[in-house]
Amino acid sequence: MSRYASENEELAPPLSATTLEHEAGRIGDPAERLDGVPKVTGAFEYASDLRREGMLFGATLRSPLAHARIRRVDIARALASPGVEAVLLARDVPGKKRFGLNFDDQPVLAAGVVRYAGEPVAVLAAASPAEARAAVGRIVLDLEELPGVYDMEQALEADAPKVHELGNVLRHVHIDHGDVASTRADVWVDGYYETAMQDQAPLGPEAGLAVPAEDGGVDLYVTTQWLHVDREQIAPCLGLPEDRVRLHLAGVGGAFGAREDIHSQIHACLLALRTSKPVKFSYGREESFSGHVHRHPSRIWVRHGARRDGKLVAVSARLLFDGGAYASSSPAVVANAATFAAGPYEVPNVQVEATVVFTNNPPCGAMRGFGAPQVCFAHEAQMDKLARALSLDPVELRLRNALATGSVLPTGRPIAGSAPVREVIEACAAIPLPEPEPTSGRGALHYPGGTGGTTRGEGLQRGVGFAVGYKNVAFSEGFDDSTAARVTLRLDDGEPEAEVYTAAVEMGQGLYTLLAQIARSELGVERVVLRQADTLIGSAGSSSASRQSTMAGGAVQLACRRVREELSRRARARGAGDGEAHGLAELRDLLDEPATAEAVHRHRRTERFDERGQGDVHVYLCFAAERAVVEVDEELGLVRVLQVAAAVDAGRVMNPLGLAGQVEGGTAQGVGLALMEEVQLSGGVIRNASFTDYLIPTMLDMPPVAVRAVEYPEPEGPYGLKGIAESPTVVATAAVVAALRDATGRELNRAPVRPEEIVGLVGPARSAGAPAIPDVPGQEAVPSYLAMSSGQQHLM
Amino acid sequence: MSAAAFLRPGSFAEALELRAARPEAVAAAGCTDVLVELNFGRLHAESFIDLTRVAELGTLGVEGGTVRIGAGVTYDALVRGAGRDVPALAAAARTVGSPPIRNRGTVGGNLASASPAGDCHPPLIACGAEVELASASASRTVPVERFFTGPKRSVLRPDELVAAVWVPKADGPQAFAKVGTRNAMVIAVCSLAVALRPSSLRVGTGIGSAGPVPLAAHAAEEHIGGHLEEAGAWETRAPLRPAAVERFAELVAQAASPIDDVRGRSGYRRHALQVLARRMLTWCWEEYRHEPRWAA
Repeated sequence: MSRYASENEELAPPLSATTLEHEAGRIGDPAERLDGVPKVTGAFEYASDLRREGMLFGATLRSPLAHARIRRVDIARALASPGVEAVLLARDVPGKKRFGLNFDDQPVLAAGVVRYAGEPVAVLAAASPAEARAAVGRIVLDLEELPGVYDMEQALEADAPKVHELGNVLRHVHIDHGDVASTRADVWVDGYYETAMQDQAPLGPEAGLAVPAEDGGVDLYVTTQWLHVDREQIAPCLGLPEDRVRLHLAGVGGAFGAREDIHSQIHACLLALRTSKPVKFSYGREESFSGHVHRHPSRIWVRHGARRDGKLVAVSARLLFDGGAYASSSPAVVANAATFAAGPYEVPNVQVEATVVFTNNPPCGAMRGFGAPQVCFAHEAQMDKLARALSLDPVELRLRNALATGSVLPTGRPIAGSAPVREVIEACAAIPLPEPEPTSGRGALHYPGGTGGTTRGEGLQRGVGFAVGYKNVAFSEGFDDSTAARVTLRLDDGEPEAEVYTAAVEMGQGLYTLLAQIARSELGVERVVLRQADTLIGSAGSSSASRQSTMAGGAVQLACRRVREELSRRARARGAGDGEAHGLAELRDLLDEPATAEAVHRHRRTERFDERGQGDVHVYLCFAAERAVVEVDEELGLVRVLQVAAAVDAGRVMNPLGLAGQVEGGTAQGVGLALMEEVQLSGGVIRNASFTDYLIPTMLDMPPVAVRAVEYPEPEGPYGLKGIAESPTVVATAAVVAALRDATGRELNRAPVRPEEIVGLVGPARSAGAPAIPDVPGQEAVPSYLAMSSGQQHLM
Repeated sequence: MSAAAFLRPGSFAEALELRAARPEAVAAAGCTDVLVELNFGRLHAESFIDLTRVAELGTLGVEGGTVRIGAGVTYDALVRGAGRDVPALAAAARTVGSPPIRNRGTVGGNLASASPAGDCHPPLIACGAEVELASASASRTVPVERFFTGPKRSVLRPDELVAAVWVPKADGPQAFAKVGTRNAMVIAVCSLAVALRPSSLRVGTGIGSAGPVPLAAHAAEEHIGGHLEEAGAWETRAPLRPAAVERFAELVAQAASPIDDVRGRSGYRRHALQVLARRMLTWCWEEYRHEPRWAA
């Protein structure tokens, strides 16, 4: 039995009042999600449900233009608008005017210039949402449009408009391993690939409630992935010391990277402090598209060389990512992409030139996969091309080149942890293919086109595609990462109950269920309470980079073991022979006072890139392979994915239900990028900012996913576990598009694949050639050479 | 809608009086369009006429050879109640949104919104349906094909409400198909309805989402109608000549005037219509040849 507990009963009554009875799960059990039932029944309180007596509603004026000088902002009519209590502009920000994850380059409110369409210019608070919206419409925003940069290659041109004074290159990473230039190969294959901007599409949009406190500070209840790094950015902008800005996790309806950056946090706090009233922000879907970063669109030029027996001898890759108007986490995304560009293969000679540029498009940053899906799309298409050129089976070609523990990575260091790439490939390939189906008479839902009823068997072609990829777990490049946890064992009505307290964010991924499983296993109790996360305990780091099972899991494991040590001390002090509590009665005796322990889990140190892009940059790696089977209506270009077979490198399966859920969900996002998901831009303006026109897969678009876990314990993971949440997303897009190529014989070098490309009305994406390599001071992000302060690293 | 006047007539007569008195009021039934427009801030209305209590609008019945579908009949009720009599319309209704939308959305609302992408419009046009419009003082019927005047515009006057749609009972095979970039819950990239009408020796067509208004492909209808008549095929039920089918498909594609937008490109829309026309004419004709229901 587990339940959530809230510090503040008033704020979260439906949730904290819910006690969930379900089968107690320990490590390895198929434990049901402790937040599952309240989410399904509607009892779960999401951030958008937050309310406080007398609260105001915030609203944001966003720039309609992507690049413009702000001539004038006239708020007089908005201030006089019914219900309005405050209207704030950049000049009203009392502290630092800018914030950001990697660099504080993003204005709290734009002043002087706007750099993307959707950038906040003014915020206000009013008595009702309708009054707030109406007042935003009464602000006069006088803009003078400036020439903008809307294309990532244009951004690199010498005469391109500058998005920032420092120029349009945000970071260039150079990896030079072996000697590509003098490598001889029997076969070379070249390719050019593009991927589109993808939205994380969490079902719960951004929301938060800021409550002014008596000490002049503020309590913020908010959707986020990392409470402490939010506070790190919020407090300086408010001009407050950190201890007067307290963050509390509100119900998060999905994140997938979209909750790593600040959305309304600073705006809500500013308005709450100005009005001395609680202020709530709750974005709608349309605003949400402007309220968070997206997956980077990419262009990739790549060349693979191999011997006749299929052994890779060289990979050279040129990557270009569109970072949009602000840095966000782009510097880390492009570094990830660079390190994975050659794929999960042993390649003795690798050269990667990876650039992320500023443009006047909406900012891009973290999304599940974090740079890896883009390069996986390219390297896996290249492996298939190579297999064709060598007349080799594509799976066999991958097996011949698979990384293993001890293999040297393009970053020049051997893999220290587990790397069962061969095993993952073999497990995936061994999953049975779906049975053939009759061509006619299936029923409309079982054809490409689904409910549209567009075929009764005409034009069908089946195809199979295979993809292997990998993802780093936890933050890389020397980041000193840690998670704190406090575990308390006490009696509640005579029953032992463990309370697990961390600042780690549950956003739907199942972390709290996992932490409860760990506490049960370590402490031998059934009842576990997950205390609401806040900043009154040490940082948990981000629920991102597939890291939290490792990091929070490790911290809770350690804290539980310290609680057990405390019980042993008590037992010894009371004369029990071996210092162990035997049986419930004895445990009750030892718990006359609660036993509490804190612990911090820290992973091994990694290194930064040297000047040749060499270094032990990643903590550990998680691999996955997927095989997609598709059926294409080749005359209409419509697709039905029949099956995805997935094998993931799980280290140790902690919860088979949770694992399957992550693989299915991660695959769905990859299927979405393969077939339909694209944020469409015109002059930097999003043209499809709604779920009417930004399509994500439905149940009819998602195939059954056959999941296999390969278990080779990871030394860096508690219990040997690996964080697997991203690896299915990394490979799914590549696998589905490979299957489409197999079905159609077409090149299909751009994701998402559009129907007109499948039927051949539109040819493959073409490039006149890779752009020149930019002149940068070194491997770090350009702003770091200009003494811009950094966000996250400062925390540690 | 809290601050607005929310008018709740209990009869159609009362609704029409309110309509006449409050021409600025937004008529609302299932609200599947109205609420979205309100939430997106694209619709600013002070008053609403809630039609959900008007029982007459929810009736569905057959009168002679015609099915009368009250404007308040939901897609779900249509599918359950008239699937056999108006198969193409029912097929279109099945493709609308998700089950909750089909439980709320109405055929009359679909017409009144007059979106070029409205799913019901192509089958209504292909079947030669008429829409019954009523005001407090009069009522009139308009062929559905002539109802639409532009994107989201129709001949519906400010003092009128859609009362019903009259659809000839199917006298031959019909088909509806909708192309979308996902397999459910999608707004049409393009759609097509084909209706064989042996009693009038005609083939009806209706094209959706491929022009400013839903439309019929008259040249295609005349071509295939002429071909069938010349060959005596309505009687002999002989197989269709592939060249005749292909010409029909080309003419359907040519009848469309699609644009490029976020949902699709014009060239693809035309191409897809041609593929659908070829397939759907063949499906209908083969059903006409073999299905006992359509035997003479």
